[in-house]
Amino acid sequence: MTAATAPPRRRRTLAQRDARTGLALVAPTLVIVLAVVVVPLVWSVLIAFQRLKLINVGRQGIFEDLSVDNFARVLTSPSLWSSLGITLGYTAGSVVLSIGLGLLAAMVVRRPFRGRTLVRASLLLPYVAPVVAVTFVWRTMLNPEFGAINEIGQNLLGWTEPIPFLSQARSMVDFLGAEIPVPTALLTAIVFEGWRYLPFAFLFLMARLEAMSTEPEEAAYVDGATPLQSFRHIILPQLLPVIALLAVLRTIWTFNEFDDIFLLTGGAAGTGVASVRVYELLTVQRNVGAAAAQSVVLALVLVLLLTVYVLLMRRRGERL
Amino acid sequence: MTAPAIRTTPRPAARRWTRDRIERRALKVLRWVVLALFLIATLFPFYLMLLLSVKPIEALLRDPASLIVAFEDFTLDTYVEVLSPQSAGGQGFLSFLLNSALVAVSSVVIALLVAIPGAYAISRLPFWGHRKISALFIASYLFPAIVIAIPLFVLFTRIGLRGSLVGLVLVYTAQTIPVAIYMMRNYFETVPVSIEEAALVDGLGRIGVLRRISIPLALPSIMATGLFVFMIAWNEFLFALLFLVDKREQWTVSLGLSQLSGSIEVPTTVLMAGSVVLTLPIIIVFFATERLLTGGLTAGAEKG
Repeated sequence: MTAATAPPRRRRTLAQRDARTGLALVAPTLVIVLAVVVVPLVWSVLIAFQRLKLINVGRQGIFEDLSVDNFARVLTSPSLWSSLGITLGYTAGSVVLSIGLGLLAAMVVRRPFRGRTLVRASLLLPYVAPVVAVTFVWRTMLNPEFGAINEIGQNLLGWTEPIPFLSQARSMVDFLGAEIPVPTALLTAIVFEGWRYLPFAFLFLMARLEAMSTEPEEAAYVDGATPLQSFRHIILPQLLPVIALLAVLRTIWTFNEFDDIFLLTGGAAGTGVASVRVYELLTVQRNVGAAAAQSVVLALVLVLLLTVYVLLMRRRGERL
Repeated sequence: MTAPAIRTTPRPAARRWTRDRIERRALKVLRWVVLALFLIATLFPFYLMLLLSVKPIEALLRDPASLIVAFEDFTLDTYVEVLSPQSAGGQGFLSFLLNSALVAVSSVVIALLVAIPGAYAISRLPFWGHRKISALFIASYLFPAIVIAIPLFVLFTRIGLRGSLVGLVLVYTAQTIPVAIYMMRNYFETVPVSIEEAALVDGLGRIGVLRRISIPLALPSIMATGLFVFMIAWNEFLFALLFLVDKREQWTVSLGLSQLSGSIEVPTTVLMAGSVVLTLPIIIVFFATERLLTGGLTAGAEKG
């Protein structure tokens, strides 16, 4: 900041003027983001320490009777821990699946061929299309009565009965004589998430592959490396930083994901991830304090996860 | 002293089965198989959406597995029903489309108006605390959107913005501006400083430099950012649900579709037509702008 009390006769230096212009240019951004994102966040954290029903939010003082009752209630309720477990499983599964598929897709379209541009654009569609439309199509497609997937499965693949993909919490699958419980709906949700966010990973990895020099690969080829060896020892190490970044971004977003699960299953059948629980606390029980407390707990868990991740990366000598 | 090991064996003759040859052959075939699988998995739901939207519901229930539409079944009545207003017995998606377009376009315009100067300042101008600003933005992304929604819901109710599209635009711009700044900042940094300095020497002020030099040069990145904001605003669902749910005339297409897909009265095929109506604009915008998103405009701006 420059002193506004500078003598009027002296012209300011370019650096001083730039600093002032800079602040002026950033001001609108700051005002909007502070007013609509940061202040509500802080207010939410305060609400988490108050006994509030939706009806009297804003009617009582901001710092009135703070207590940790909400946290005590949230932390002792079994539903928090089960939903947290579901969230962790859902996040881990979706992140691994979407990055793995994205990597495979990026490798497949790496070499030019006719129509590559169109193929690449088509592969981005699930990410671009509106979530409400794609979840609706998936729900129709997987419907046990008239869903195309179940019909095709029964006609061509010899399924004995339709699979209720989105409404069944558990099914027992006979594997080598042992009955293994499979969380059907949660797995379906993970597959959907992998399908929807594959393009995101694909885009990032493709950009990195394009920028990569081919010389090390050629050298490896001369030394007799097979394609798989070359991928394992030359391409993959160069992609690791991008994969690490993707893992962090996708973990944050999937952990807080609400739309996809809410629209696919409504949080039923063992897919009640934490953000859907917050929504239920807010709309069904109208308990704002508990909803806010639960989201604060969520954010803390996420920060913890990311910290552990960063520390692990540090120990391996990687930089984020 | 031992002599360094030198590979003396020549490469195996071409007709021998080596690991290298097997891998190359297998990968050649696998590559096309995998590519085909990816395309099917990606496009099948979209194909189904289109297919079911041009069938009457009876045809769907008669033969659910059919992946084609019979000539005598083909109909566009589903679109007529979904688009025509409620007074005419339809679902009123045409007015939802207008709402969505209004919200998305306003969000793009406002977000760009705010984020372009912001991104330029952060990339070029040394002012106090621009590290802190970035950290603050990142920290606010760690919370689920619904946390911000709680106080906003209350606040907007009190100042009468809930149930209006203005409030929605405000939320979308606030949520997209940090990402928009991040996207454009890197691009502004690639504009050579010497061009800007030359303009400053020639008597332009900072704002003039931004308007006449940096913005024209950063146009591809600005287009990409605009597309991104448009996508978010067009597709967003949660805030639309929380703010507009009890005002049907203000619904966006996303909200309309999600509200109606829970009801028994509206046939699936009509809602599929609604899904196509919701998806098509975004796909058109995406394919139309994809080509414009090429860089390299700064090449030749400087005389050596």
